[in-house]
Amino acid sequence: MSGTLLLQQAINGLTLGAVYTLIALSFSLVMGILGILNLAIAELFMIGGYVGFTLIIAGAPLPVALLAGMLAAAALSLVIEKIGYEPLRNAPLITPMLSTLGFSIILQNLATNLWGSDPLQLPGDMLATRIALGEVSIGAMQLLVIGAAIVMVAALAFVIRYTTLGRALRAVAENRDVARLLGVRADRILLIAFLLSGLLAGAAGVLISLHYAAITPYIGVETGLKAIAVMVVGGVTRTWGALLAGPLIGLAEVATVAYGGSQIRDFVVYGLMILILLVRPQGLLGGARSDQGPRV
Amino acid sequence: MSTMPAPLLSLVDVTRTFGGVQALSGVSLDVAAGRITGVIGPNGAGKTTLFNVITGAYTPTAGEIYLDGARLTGLKPYQIARAGIARTFQNIRLFSSMSVWEHLLVAQRHDGSVFGRLLPAGLARSKAGREAEKALVFFGLEKVRDRPARELPYGTQRKVEMARALTANPRLLLLDEPIAGMSHEEADELRHLLMRLRADGLTILLIEHDMTFVMNLCDRIHVLDFGRQIAHGTPEAVRTDPAVLDAYLGADT
Repeated sequence: MSGTLLLQQAINGLTLGAVYTLIALSFSLVMGILGILNLAIAELFMIGGYVGFTLIIAGAPLPVALLAGMLAAAALSLVIEKIGYEPLRNAPLITPMLSTLGFSIILQNLATNLWGSDPLQLPGDMLATRIALGEVSIGAMQLLVIGAAIVMVAALAFVIRYTTLGRALRAVAENRDVARLLGVRADRILLIAFLLSGLLAGAAGVLISLHYAAITPYIGVETGLKAIAVMVVGGVTRTWGALLAGPLIGLAEVATVAYGGSQIRDFVVYGLMILILLVRPQGLLGGARSDQGPRV
Repeated sequence: MSTMPAPLLSLVDVTRTFGGVQALSGVSLDVAAGRITGVIGPNGAGKTTLFNVITGAYTPTAGEIYLDGARLTGLKPYQIARAGIARTFQNIRLFSSMSVWEHLLVAQRHDGSVFGRLLPAGLARSKAGREAEKALVFFGLEKVRDRPARELPYGTQRKVEMARALTANPRLLLLDEPIAGMSHEEADELRHLLMRLRADGLTILLIEHDMTFVMNLCDRIHVLDFGRQIAHGTPEAVRTDPAVLDAYLGADT
């Protein structure tokens, strides 16, 4: 393979990785606070994608489509918190997780009924501008995907690190009981975490469907769940870990397809996840649940 | 000290059971405003349960709790915190991801607007920043301002917890074994800081095992044993109370 093609693959890998990072952060927001894997996030990503994609086809401007996809996923995320988590808050962790599994299957079924199981495609000339960079070219859409992902990750990192809301999120994540005794409304903070998680998943869905110029109801399972691997590789609650692991998995995936064939793609991605779990269970940058404080 | 001021906190016949065990049974006590009140008793007497019931971490099985006449019973912990009760923990409960400075911001209420929450809090000129600065100086924590709180010596961590509680601007401060793990010098320094807080009008309720510390500091003492209040009164009265001597001698042998 020529150097040019390699660089082109690298750009594709980074684009995919940027989207993985967004979904991984969506998973880790809920995981960091509740310790549960919200499996429905993969389908929020898919639904957000469909909403944005449908609007683009209908001729809506891109920012509107992106925002609509984000809000739709965020609204569903809040419904999942209210029905799937809140009533089960005192149950063992597996219980709400099973509930999110139920939600994910329902959402996939809903999408199949609303939009059909065949892929929706963008008309060929839409959003297909390419910008030449010497011998390689980068699609305007790829730039948008990478740019939007960077902006959102930076915004999330800023909110978590520096703001009142972020401090409350971290306090609740580390020790919900102590946070409550300090006057933090933990139930509201949980809702906000689900809201942010939904916004990220929805954005990722719109971006990936535009990147592929196509969407199917199975994109959640095919692409969304891979973000769990990204989250594990990066370290469950580390924002910067996901920023590193997303592109890493994206590049590994693209390289596998280019050199090994697409039939072993998932083998490599999930194999990498299992390997990391074996040799470094806390993830590349650490940050698994070990730093969770004891309850009162 | 002959006339006690009106009570800020009142517990009326508070009972808390866990399974069949009565961790607190029929405890009634008043915490006088602007005074330091001590709670003592052998291990397992129900002292920390008392704090957990006051702060809403546990709801009482029976009985009522009032803060300045307003009923607290059944309120959620965050509501009780916002009503003006802040506490520290026997086993220090600091956040591992936060510096000392961040701890001084986390308990502060913001103006409640969405934008307020999304602004970087703790800027030097903000109200939160000023409150945090005040607590930092009061406890002499300036030098460790940006250090991760959990990496500090034990005695300093206790001060961070107290500073964090104070930034919530409480009317009543609950301290659970504030000098555990502190050196004599640190304990003595803390005693003076608590006396300054009392002089400023803060009401303090504290649990402590160190009798010298409690006797030298508290205006009034309540003694618990097996979840019951067996004595209360001035340090002098409690010190010589036969029931108290009996409880302590019984527990120590």
